[in-house]
Amino acid sequence: MFDFLESGQYDVLGAFWVTVQLTFYSAIGSLIWGTVLAAMRVSPVPLMRTFGTVYVHVVRNTPLTVIVMAASLGLFQTLGITLTGSDDFEVIGFRLAVLSLIAYHATFVCEALRSGINTVPVGQAEAARALGLNFSQVLSLIVLPQAFRAVVTPLANVLIALTKNTTVAAAIGVAEAALLMKEMIETESDAIFLVSAMFAFGFVVLTLPTGMLLGWVSKRVAVKR
Amino acid sequence: MTPMSNVSVTKDAAPAAEDLVVLKNVDKHFGALHVLQDINLTIGRGEVVVVIGPSGSGKSTLCRTINRLETIDSGTITIDGKPLPAEGKELARLRADVGMVFQSFNLFAHKTVLENVMLGQIKVRGVDKKAAEEKARSLLDRVGVATQADKYPAQLSGGQQQRVAIARALAMDPKVMLFDEPTSALDPEMINEVLEVMQQLAQNGMTMVVVTHEMGFARSAANRVVFMADGRIVEEATPDQFFSNPRSDRAKDFLSKILHH
Ligand SMILES: Nc1ncnc2c1ncn2[C@@H]1O[C@H](COP(=O)(O)OP(=O)(O)OP(=O)(O)O)[C@@H](O)[C@H]1O
Ligand SMILES: [Mg+2]
Repeated sequence: MFDFLESGQYDVLGAFWVTVQLTFYSAIGSLIWGTVLAAMRVSPVPLMRTFGTVYVHVVRNTPLTVIVMAASLGLFQTLGITLTGSDDFEVIGFRLAVLSLIAYHATFVCEALRSGINTVPVGQAEAARALGLNFSQVLSLIVLPQAFRAVVTPLANVLIALTKNTTVAAAIGVAEAALLMKEMIETESDAIFLVSAMFAFGFVVLTLPTGMLLGWVSKRVAVKR
Repeated sequence: MTPMSNVSVTKDAAPAAEDLVVLKNVDKHFGALHVLQDINLTIGRGEVVVVIGPSGSGKSTLCRTINRLETIDSGTITIDGKPLPAEGKELARLRADVGMVFQSFNLFAHKTVLENVMLGQIKVRGVDKKAAEEKARSLLDRVGVATQADKYPAQLSGGQQQRVAIARALAMDPKVMLFDEPTSALDPEMINEVLEVMQQLAQNGMTMVVVTHEMGFARSAANRVVFMADGRIVEEATPDQFFSNPRSDRAKDFLSKILHH
C-alpha cells in the first residue's frame, strides 16, 4: 500500500524534521517577542502602548501567507536581507519563514498573555509596588509569572496553530512537510488519499502530545487564590 | 499649647526628628468626587494613629496617598523631612521605607510564604539570599507562622495570611507602617491573632497609621484617633476622649451606630 515510499525517493521524516525545527525556533521567538509586546501594551509609556497596539492589530489581521511572501519578496529579493551569511537558498528561506512565523504568532501570544494579566488581581501589583519594586520588577516577578500560569492552555492552542501554520513556508520553497506533500501528490497521483492521510497523521503526531502535555502542565502550575 | 510649654520648645528645636509623616493641605478628586479635602495631619515618630470614619469617607485613599499608590491633586506630603518623589527610582526607594498592609492581604499567590517575605529584601534592598532567609524566618517566627514557611498563601487561614503580610512589610525595616482595615476581611476568631501582632509592634515603638473600626485596639494601642467624614478630618483626639466624649455631631452619630451593633 505504501509502496511509493519504498523507492526511497521521498524523505518524509526529513521533511517533518524541518517542520519540527520551524516550529521550535518560531515558538521560542514568538514567546519572547509576544511577551515583549504584552509588556509594551501594559506599560505606562504611551508611545510603547501605541506601538504594541498598532503592531498587534496590523499583523494579526494580515494573512500569514502575505507576511511570508512579503518577507521573501520584500526583505530578501528587494532589500537583500538574508538574516544569514550564507547564500544557500534553503537556509535563507528557513530563516525568513521563522521570522514571519514569529512576527505573526507573537501577536496571539501577546493577546493570550494580556488576558492572563487581567486574571491577576490588582492587589498583587499594588503590594509589589508598595514594597518598592519598580515597574519592570512588578511585571517580571509578580504579574507575568501569574499571567503565564493562567494561559498555558491558550498558549498551547497558539503552539498547535503555529505547528500547522509552518506549512506556509512551502510558499517560499522551504523543504518542510507540506512542500514534500505537494510534490508527492503531483507524482503519486494514484495515491492522493493515502499521501494526504499520511501527512495529516504526521501533524497529529506532532500536535496531539503538545496539547496533552500542556493540558497537564496547565493544571499543575495553576495559581491557587 | 502655649509657646512657653516644654512640648513646643522641644518641637521648635528639632521638628524633623519629631514629625515623621506630614500632610499639608492635601486635596484629591476622583472625577467630580472631592475625596480628600484640605487634609492636614502630622504623625510623630513612634506614634500610633487610628483613622476611623464611615464607609466612603476617604480613609483608604488617605492611607494610599502616603506611599503614593494614589497621587494627590494639591498640597504636600513629606516623610522623614523629604517630600514624596514623583514616579521613578526615588519613589520606589521611599515606598520601601513605608510598609503597607492591605485588607485583602495581597500575598504573592505564586510564591511560598518564605519567598513572600524574602522578595523585597533581595530585589529592593539588595540583601543576599542567605541573610534574607534568616531574617524572613525570624520575622515569621515573631508573627507566629514559622511552621507555615514553605506553604503557599492559599493554604493558610486569613489570619495567618495577614500575619505573613505584616512580616513581609516588616522585612523592609520600614519607618512607618500603614494598615488599611487589616482585620475586616477576617473571621471573628482570627481578628485577635492579628491585633496582637499589631499591638506588639506598637509597643516596640513602630510608627503606625491604622484604618480600623476595632475600638479595643484603638483604646489600648493608639496615641490618637483621627475621625474622617466626607473627605475631611472632622475630629482628632486621644482614644479616651474620642470614644467617651466625642465633640462633633458626625462623630457622635457614627459612634452611636457602631456601638449599637
Ligand atoms: N479608584 C477610584 N476611582 C473612583 N472613585 C474611587 C476610587 N477609589 C475610591 N473611590 C471613591 O472614593 C470615596 C472614598 O473611598 P475610600 O476607599 O477612600 O473610602 P473608605 O473611607 O476607605 O471607605 P471604606 O470604609 O468603605 O473602606 C468612595 O466614595 C469611593 O467610591
Ligand atoms: Mg477603605
